[in-house]
Amino acid sequence: MANRVVITGMGVVAPNGVGLAPFLEAIRTGRSGITHHPLLEKLQFSCQIAGTPVLSDALIANYFSELELRNFNSSGILYGVIAAMDAWADAGLTIEQSGEPDWDSGTIFGSGTTGVDKFREAIYKIDDLQTRRLGSNVVSQTMASGISAYIGGKLGLGNQVSSNSSACTTGTESILMAYERIKSGLATRILAGSTSDSGPYIWAGFDAMKVCTFKHNDAPESGSRPMSASASGFVPGSGAGAFVVESLESALARGARIYAEILGGNLNSGGQRGTGTMTAPNAMAVQRCIRTAIQNSGITANEIDLINGHLTATSKDSLEIQNWCEALQRSGENFPYINSLKSMVGHCLSAAGSVECVAALLQMQHDFIAPNLNCEDLNPEITSLISPSKIPQKQLPFPIRVLAKASFGFGDVNACIIFKKHISN
Amino acid sequence: MIAIPFQNENMDRSLILSKLKVIVANYSHDKDALEYLTESTDFIKDLKINSANLVDVVLDVEEEFDIEIDNLSMERMLNVSAALEIITDKLKEK
Repeated sequence: MANRVVITGMGVVAPNGVGLAPFLEAIRTGRSGITHHPLLEKLQFSCQIAGTPVLSDALIANYFSELELRNFNSSGILYGVIAAMDAWADAGLTIEQSGEPDWDSGTIFGSGTTGVDKFREAIYKIDDLQTRRLGSNVVSQTMASGISAYIGGKLGLGNQVSSNSSACTTGTESILMAYERIKSGLATRILAGSTSDSGPYIWAGFDAMKVCTFKHNDAPESGSRPMSASASGFVPGSGAGAFVVESLESALARGARIYAEILGGNLNSGGQRGTGTMTAPNAMAVQRCIRTAIQNSGITANEIDLINGHLTATSKDSLEIQNWCEALQRSGENFPYINSLKSMVGHCLSAAGSVECVAALLQMQHDFIAPNLNCEDLNPEITSLISPSKIPQKQLPFPIRVLAKASFGFGDVNACIIFKKHISN
Repeated sequence: MIAIPFQNENMDRSLILSKLKVIVANYSHDKDALEYLTESTDFIKDLKINSANLVDVVLDVEEEFDIEIDNLSMERMLNVSAALEIITDKLKEK
């Protein structure tokens, strides 16, 4: 008998709020975390606005020792560890201090690129013939699994400790990988999530591809415009989101608070065939991913109350809406509510899926739908498919029973999860 | 002229030891052992320094004393007495 799987803890480091309470307040009121970055201007980026979390030294000192912070230069690991340790504490779990690790708990925590600033620092030294002066921590801060290695050590995890990577699908994928492992009985608890570094060396490639907006450098907060007729590219962001994914049995046994049950989901790829390319989604695969997720969850498409979309604020937003309409066979007034957190935080890239899932589950917990900012001029291609009333622009009190979250990424990869509110007996 | 090298060396040795103590304090996970640091103190066994951090200790020593420690010396710099000996030798070579 497969285990049922629930979420019992969350942590978030987002551009518009660090920690669950400030983040909840931010998404309720529609507070933007997008600001102008003088460094990007100095480096002559087309897009000079971005969303980055604001962390004080005092806060950081709660999570990292002085020794760990010596020569530390990896914003992704910083965000990921803070979100992960917060999620662990939020789930009411303590950190094992004995000599034996917690064999039943692991982590699957993804990233896109790790420690790019640390890598840059090292490369300069290497080219300057200073390899012997690199010190001991270049590998741990720049290896792709750096974030899961840090978390595994902080929490004393003895089950699988690994980092996944699937571009902007990474965060959503990590939750589904955790779900599968717990469902099959290979672990009781997995700290899932994802993180993304901040800064020009992460964002430059996107800037060069002209997929980021260059029209809002003077008005950062209105720059990220998912579903708007004037959407002109995404705004880069960064941060981390984390989840304690746990078997229902374990959660009930220890009387844990349950945010939601993961009913099911799906991961697939369009294989860069048909309409799919390295950077564009194969519509057939997106629809298939959503439909299969719904089937796996044992629900019908009509039960979905809210979609937390990928919706990055490019011209592809209307294509995503069309894919949802086709996959769910719902449109117009019959379409579920839909929102995109990216209007507030930008596109957090490898952290997008996890930061957005935290937002979605907070909305489920507190019975409201967060506003979509900057879409007062809805894209007519979208309103020809779904009713504007389904795209709330102000906070809307609403009990969410079932929610669908999807993320799509470079490489033509897709992920969709179905969450259901847990009602205790 | 009568030189008094022995005394100077002794003074140097205690000065070196105190500087070394400041460096290893950053990496030690046993603050009590640090308190009772002697020449026989072992970096890993007594001070509980993570073995990966030994290269950081060496780099900090190089910077503090403006010396360069070769790979062979680095390999045996595992305790306070070896460190003192290596630092003293390298200082003499300067």
